[in-house]
Amino acid sequence: MAFDYEKYIRPGKLPHIWCPGCGHGIVMKGMIRAMDTLGLEKNNTAIVSGIGCASRLPGYIDCCTLHTAHGRAAAFATGVKLAKPEMTVILVGGDGDGTAIGGNHFIHACRRNIDMTYIIMNNYIYGMTGGQFSPTTPHMHKASTTPYGNPDPSFDIAKLAIGAGATFVARGTAFHANQIDKLIVEAIQHKGFSVVEILDDCPTTYGRRNKFKSVIEMMNRLKEVAVPVKAAEKMTPEQLAGKVLTGILYKEDKPEYCSEYQKVIERAGGAAR
Amino acid sequence: MENKLPTIEINERYCKGCHICVEFCPKQVLEMKGFVVAVKNLEACIKCMQCELRCPDFAIKVIP
Repeated sequence: MAFDYEKYIRPGKLPHIWCPGCGHGIVMKGMIRAMDTLGLEKNNTAIVSGIGCASRLPGYIDCCTLHTAHGRAAAFATGVKLAKPEMTVILVGGDGDGTAIGGNHFIHACRRNIDMTYIIMNNYIYGMTGGQFSPTTPHMHKASTTPYGNPDPSFDIAKLAIGAGATFVARGTAFHANQIDKLIVEAIQHKGFSVVEILDDCPTTYGRRNKFKSVIEMMNRLKEVAVPVKAAEKMTPEQLAGKVLTGILYKEDKPEYCSEYQKVIERAGGAAR
Repeated sequence: MENKLPTIEINERYCKGCHICVEFCPKQVLEMKGFVVAVKNLEACIKCMQCELRCPDFAIKVIP
């Protein structure tokens, strides 16, 4: 049956601003399907973003939404969650917003293990500001500020999140559209800070500078590099060279920040919530 | 059981002509007509919903 996406979209907001072939729309659809699966109430769901292409997403979704300063989605979302712990808080953003400008907020939100879900759309570049290289631009790939190739090694967002203390880390791609909503459902259900990295394509500022002839070529690349975690267990390190693991990469149970904070309030003699 | 043909609704106002649905359709049901996508061969449609799933622009609806 055709899925009714309009139910979760603010009337009159479509068509969206993303370029032809941009995977952010696919991720937004996955997110809407996940929200529908979980039956999230619009008034009880907050979607928080920073600045960037991916951060335009909350503008389209008919929930409580917050479009904040560049990189500060995690900071604002922490405030929302502490003030209203019963709310489901979802953060969305890109790789530049999340790991460069908001890198510090990102790692500390991971460390606190506050019950939120961070969906990072990793398109390997700063799309909106004109294609500057981001911390995830692959080594020697081109961007508008690195026309001869980017000499920096790149971040692995999933490993960064695990290292910083996030208790649920998953990765999907815009090509594997069916998997996106399943990962997001698991991430929202997890009590603690969940990071879902979705590998995305940016045909406008990344693809055309890096010899991708079309959107289809970029999508096929995502298909080729992605290896499910279970399949990777049977592969040799040589076979895994240049591949990216997808699926649920890490999960553990640790004390959640809101409940820990409530203990502090009680110890200090404050009112119970 | 009668094999009912699906309805493929294309919102031409939303379609940005990215070719994703045309390329990833396993039965070549869709084609580009100028700037936007159009249905070429509805009889071949197997209702796999891949085009609806992958369209980044909310432009395709498959009603089986």
